[in-house]
Amino acid sequence: MKYLKYLVLGILFGIILTKSEVISWFRIYEMFRFQSFHMYGVIGSTVLIGMLGLQWIKRKNIHSIYGQPIQIADKKMSVSRYLIGGTIFGLGWALTGACPGPMFVLLGNGFVVILVAIAAALVGTYVYGALRHKLPH
Amino acid sequence: MNEFIEFLSQPWPWYIAGPLLALVMLLLIYFGNTFGVSSNFRTMCSIGGAGKKIPFFDFNWKSQVWNLVFILGAFLGGLVTTMFLMPDTAVGISETTKSELISYGIQNPGEQMLPSQIFNLESLFTVQGLIMIIGGGFLVGFGTRYAGGCTSGHAITGLSNLQLPSLIAVIGFFIGGLLITNLVMPYLLAV
Repeated sequence: MKYLKYLVLGILFGIILTKSEVISWFRIYEMFRFQSFHMYGVIGSTVLIGMLGLQWIKRKNIHSIYGQPIQIADKKMSVSRYLIGGTIFGLGWALTGACPGPMFVLLGNGFVVILVAIAAALVGTYVYGALRHKLPH
Repeated sequence: MNEFIEFLSQPWPWYIAGPLLALVMLLLIYFGNTFGVSSNFRTMCSIGGAGKKIPFFDFNWKSQVWNLVFILGAFLGGLVTTMFLMPDTAVGISETTKSELISYGIQNPGEQMLPSQIFNLESLFTVQGLIMIIGGGFLVGFGTRYAGGCTSGHAITGLSNLQLPSLIAVIGFFIGGLLITNLVMPYLLAV
């Protein structure tokens, strides 16, 4: 039962991403060509509301559903890791037109070929894990 | 009820989608977790036994089951939408984008979520299919783990939490994305 809430949130996530066309390759192409405000509006308003919500959670010292204090771990500072890793991800994002979340939503929308992209992403993650100690972080 | 379904069936503008996505992120935090879809790739590698050879995958993946359930939900959300809430599959991209893509040889841009002439099983082993689906997927998996997160972990959660590392990662996302879409795509699509 404790997993039911994650299933419901995931379903909501899938509906939002489909109805707002965020899962569309065309929307990602359009975003990187600066030909529409749509994607910037989605990401921008998510971050704005998210920022206000997180500030509120911190100020009010809200506890989680299980009564634990809410702590969001700070990310360890580095430039190379985030810039190189982020750029590699960006290359893939523009090619597939999908980041990881939308891949699973597209599959639900019936685009079976995306299974191949997910499999390739698993291989990519595996190769990163294998080469990790040799890469600048 | 029918009117409500009809209302939901229209495309959703950004100012509806954005706040709802923020709600999903905040509820996950309220449940004691952090929003991050790409971690699931690592979890799946671990379940597949990659931890035996590579220490990076040797962790207690059972703590990540909630996240697998979340993406199962995302899959079902896509399924529910396409079955009941999607009378029109067209994507409302701009006319500029459409005519540009037509000039690169894309047929009926925006008619479906994806350019179906490339994203299908038959085209998988064409130059475009190999680079965009297999190559792109690989780079997504490699890059997200290298950067420690994707759009959900860095662009949404990290930026909302005012994390400088996430801002650097998002700048990287755009460097990579702008390079491909502006410099590579015109040639790749015209192959």
